[in-house]
Amino acid sequence: MIGLPLDTPIEILLRELTPQVLGAVIRRFHDFSSAEDAVQEALIAAVGQWARDGVPANPRGWLIQVACRRMTDHIRSESARRRRENQMLAEKPHVVEPSTTDAAQEEEYDTLVLLFMCCHPALTPASAIALTLRAVGGLTTAEIAHAFLVPEATMAQRISRAKQTIKSSGIPFQLPTAEERAQRQRAVLHVLYLIFNEGYTSSGGADLRRADLSMEAIRLMRIVHSLQPHDPEVAGLLVLMLLTDARRLARTNEAGELVSLMQQDRSRWDAQQIAEGIALLSRTLPQGAVGPYQLQAAIAAVHDEAAKAEDTDWPQILALYELLKRMSDNPMVSLNYAIAAAMVNGPTKGLELVDALEADTRLADHHRLDAVRAHLLELAGDHMAAIRHYRAAAGKTGNLPERNYLLTQAARLSNEPQK
Amino acid sequence: MKYILMMNGSKSNFEAYAKWSKEDLQRNTAFMRAFSKELKDSGVFVAAEGLAFPDRAKLVRADSDGEPITDGVFPESKEFLAGYWIVDVESAEQAYRIAARASMAPGPGETRGTMPIEVREVLSGAPKDLL
Repeated sequence: MIGLPLDTPIEILLRELTPQVLGAVIRRFHDFSSAEDAVQEALIAAVGQWARDGVPANPRGWLIQVACRRMTDHIRSESARRRRENQMLAEKPHVVEPSTTDAAQEEEYDTLVLLFMCCHPALTPASAIALTLRAVGGLTTAEIAHAFLVPEATMAQRISRAKQTIKSSGIPFQLPTAEERAQRQRAVLHVLYLIFNEGYTSSGGADLRRADLSMEAIRLMRIVHSLQPHDPEVAGLLVLMLLTDARRLARTNEAGELVSLMQQDRSRWDAQQIAEGIALLSRTLPQGAVGPYQLQAAIAAVHDEAAKAEDTDWPQILALYELLKRMSDNPMVSLNYAIAAAMVNGPTKGLELVDALEADTRLADHHRLDAVRAHLLELAGDHMAAIRHYRAAAGKTGNLPERNYLLTQAARLSNEPQK
Repeated sequence: MKYILMMNGSKSNFEAYAKWSKEDLQRNTAFMRAFSKELKDSGVFVAAEGLAFPDRAKLVRADSDGEPITDGVFPESKEFLAGYWIVDVESAEQAYRIAARASMAPGPGETRGTMPIEVREVLSGAPKDLL
């Protein structure tokens, strides 16, 4: 079912309604874990019944009613079990009503609260991703398992443990406090970024199903943006996703091989998506409060705005990486900065910066260090050393298409006469 | 990230295993079953298989017509795959911890196992954008 182009209108509608329905059921029963199961059952019932009998007049109300009925059944059997065990547990309601009575605002509030809950820092990234895709994205466990190439039972277990963690940590069903908000927001954006990357970094062909994770991440990101239109980092991440995803078709050639950004056929980039991303970025940057996602989006925009690779405004990219470097102590940023510096000031300057990164233990044994060095050595004309580092990088990467790419670069240089 | 955890053994290791006492075998089997359940319960399990003994293992090549030529004479020192697990974890360190657990599978005579487990990353899809 995952994959928007293949989706029926009913599936699209169900995904939109999932977080709203789940929020309403949690509000009534104060139990995230059981409510989530009940809503999944209601969704599955809807797929069959709506396709047969047509979509009801009030689909959201229909789903809430079916899910609540499941909840009532569940509570009845639970309390029967408890009576048998002769233990009565007082359930503390963990719910705070929103301060508004407006139904539309209530739906929005519920979706946002759910998202904060699913991306809670108490969860491992893998658990948060799975829970977000199910509870907010409305995907089935089987679909998530397929997308991550693990057995369905494993994914079910991961989701169930995540729900258990939320239950036992007593996280209330409400928005984080003002003090917590920034940190929790970062966690939400990070989870959505990881979902996007998981899809984006998988190649085409047999992996198309996984690539749809990027589309799902963009869909969720649009919802988050519509709920918080004035948060510039939310807009920044949405732009970053749009501008990165716009290059998807050009990333691989007919043979399925990776094509580097500078070699890509730019006529295959999605011009409409680039225009949308850049327009949103232009509205966002003047708001001030520039953060890492906006900077990465701005870098992507500079690349996407160049009609030809040689038109790329490298001085601007260098300046943006300089800002990003000041904002986050991330060696990958420093590595990208070195590439930009090489493009502006020549490969020798870039190689000096790469040398300085050699001591960073976080990069030790990372293939990107060798790959960047190889690229810069090639630019500097030292093909023998470049070949050595392309091969060293190939030995360290965990990605099959990237290993093929790096070995191909080494082979290409080996076949060329030394300059 | 997915990792494969492999148990390897020489022919003499397999022969020694075949001579374990019933109690030793039962202890080992119980451990393996519990270990597998642990992996499933913690949501990291991807796959696991045990392989038949290498007695009838064959090396196969194609002849000029593409027909199989089998060869079964292996040097005594050759290591054979006995079985493997594939796990989906957050880091290499987590894979090493799981491998260390597997390595403790009980040996003969109530000793704690010391079997080395080879850990290798399973190659994934394409990486982020290359420059």
